[in-house]
Amino acid sequence: MLYELVALILDGVSVRQGGQTWLDRVDLEFLDGLTTLIGPLGAGKTTLMRVAAGLRSPTTGRILVDGKDVSSVSVRKRSVAFVYQQFINYPSLTVYDNIASPLRSLPREQADARVREVAELMGLGEFLRRRPAELSGGQQQRTAIARALARPVDVLLLDEPLANLDYKLREQLRADLKTMFSGSRGVVVYSTADPAEALTFAAPTVVLGKGQVLHVGSVTEMYARPPTLEVARTLSDPPLNLLPGVVRDGRIECLGASFPAPRAHESGRAVRLGVHPHQVAISRSRAEQLAFPAEIRLAEVTGSATFLHLMLADDLHLVAHLEGTQVFEPGERTTAYVDPAHVFVFSDNGELLAASATEVDLHG
Amino acid sequence: MSDGRQKHNRAWWLVLPVVVSVAFTAIIPLMTVVNYSVQDIFSPFDRIFVGLDWFRDVARDPEVRGALVRTLIFSAQVLLIEIPLGVLIAVCMPRRGWTVSVALVLVALPLLIPWNVVGTIWQIFARGDIGLGGWAVNKVVNFNYTLDSADAWITVLAMDVWHWTPLVVLLAYAGLRSIPDPYFQAAQIDGASAWATFRHIQLPRLRGVLTIAILLRFMDSFMIYTEPFVVTGGGPGNATSFLSILLSKIAVGQFDLGPAGAFSLLYFLIVQIVCYVFFTVLTRSGR
Repeated sequence: MLYELVALILDGVSVRQGGQTWLDRVDLEFLDGLTTLIGPLGAGKTTLMRVAAGLRSPTTGRILVDGKDVSSVSVRKRSVAFVYQQFINYPSLTVYDNIASPLRSLPREQADARVREVAELMGLGEFLRRRPAELSGGQQQRTAIARALARPVDVLLLDEPLANLDYKLREQLRADLKTMFSGSRGVVVYSTADPAEALTFAAPTVVLGKGQVLHVGSVTEMYARPPTLEVARTLSDPPLNLLPGVVRDGRIECLGASFPAPRAHESGRAVRLGVHPHQVAISRSRAEQLAFPAEIRLAEVTGSATFLHLMLADDLHLVAHLEGTQVFEPGERTTAYVDPAHVFVFSDNGELLAASATEVDLHG
Repeated sequence: MSDGRQKHNRAWWLVLPVVVSVAFTAIIPLMTVVNYSVQDIFSPFDRIFVGLDWFRDVARDPEVRGALVRTLIFSAQVLLIEIPLGVLIAVCMPRRGWTVSVALVLVALPLLIPWNVVGTIWQIFARGDIGLGGWAVNKVVNFNYTLDSADAWITVLAMDVWHWTPLVVLLAYAGLRSIPDPYFQAAQIDGASAWATFRHIQLPRLRGVLTIAILLRFMDSFMIYTEPFVVTGGGPGNATSFLSILLSKIAVGQFDLGPAGAFSLLYFLIVQIVCYVFFTVLTRSGR
């Protein structure tokens, strides 16, 4: 079957309610295929998805699907599917009937074949006779996703679908979804607050913050060269380390250490230095590395990694993401090493001034 | 093993206050009734043990049987009217905005009125000569609850619906409010009709509160006393003479403590059995 390419366009969309601005003049174009929407809690992801679906109308602006203005078209008449963070299914219907619910317009045999195909794809084949209450959380969400996938739609919206699942199920379903979206047609928008999800999908990504579009582009490029501090923060988990710095005579000074400024800046200018936790080491591997004496406050061991919380000065903390299980005593003194090549230099107002072009490997 | 159990014996002291208070509020009064029910009492010092004779008499008494049938029909009608009506009103109530509190207060108003006052209100309201309700109905059909059995029955039933449907509304409304918005949005996206949304989302999620509503309304209506006592006094004839009215007539009016005790125990047993059946059926059907 041939599908026409569709696009979903948000044209100057704002949503205001009760004196609060949820979305502020958002202009976006979602093309056929998967787009990731990432932003912290309260960034406006859900509002954007609901406006795109037609579940609420924007205060100002237009929504276009396939070139047609659908702003005033009722959600019932639109070709959309929506997957929620909560596991939303019809409680009184079986998994089979749940998946079949959007297919009422199809002939019976065709609907039956489609339900079985989608159920198989989501690994629900053996649960078709059960009701949602008799399923695990992961299976309930698989049912909800299967229901959304059953009917071919122009716009499929997934609003943090994995946020309420436990870690193991999340990783598994994330991998399944990635393969599934690679074969789907129509616009797919996937919102998340988890950088790992956005990086796994490696799809075109929209970064949202406080109701505004902060950046649009490739997530891997954004991770390597965050255009602003906000984008770098949104994409860093554990949180991005931030250190204060000052430009002096062509060098950037930070807590007694210094390195050559990547670009010429006027002397005396204050800057903020961003370092990903996995770029902080506690042993020296290169001579150019910046050294910061530190006190160990806490070591969080997850098994494959150890998160070491360090205190550099009174209000200055640094988190180091170390490989493997390592044992530390709180209160011990150590030295944190940071390679200047992996430091993002941001201006006072959060614009990226310099980032090392060498950091393109994206392990961890 | 035995010493492990020994350690927790002190916990019994914590249960003692409950045991004592339940003994005084429930067990001892109940046992007193059991005591009455197996004796023929002439005076505190003159009593004869009669075994189960009173139970046999009460079970065979046509007056008791008539009252039982009337009470069962009344409870069935109350449930059939109040549960669907309550759910319907709850579904139509506003979900947000200032109208919510206005609607809630208006709906809950009848619940705040004492039972005998409700009876007095309706006694006057339904009168054909000076009552607004009775006067209005009399314009259409001839209506007089003091003379006509059917009119008396309808008056008592209407009064119960007016008084207690709000309870069902409040329970159902609370149940409806606990359904997360995404359920309704998902139904909208599917293009589900209002009926399908009700049938497949709202009704299944109301199962818990409706079970409670049905049990409460059954028990209350099966034991109804004050309102018909005030409005009709059980009449005309015995048209609105329900089990509790008959019971109080035997116990307090005629002071026949033996038959009244046996009657109370049978009455208690029927309420227990019907509630058990309701509860089992309602909780099983969900699975």
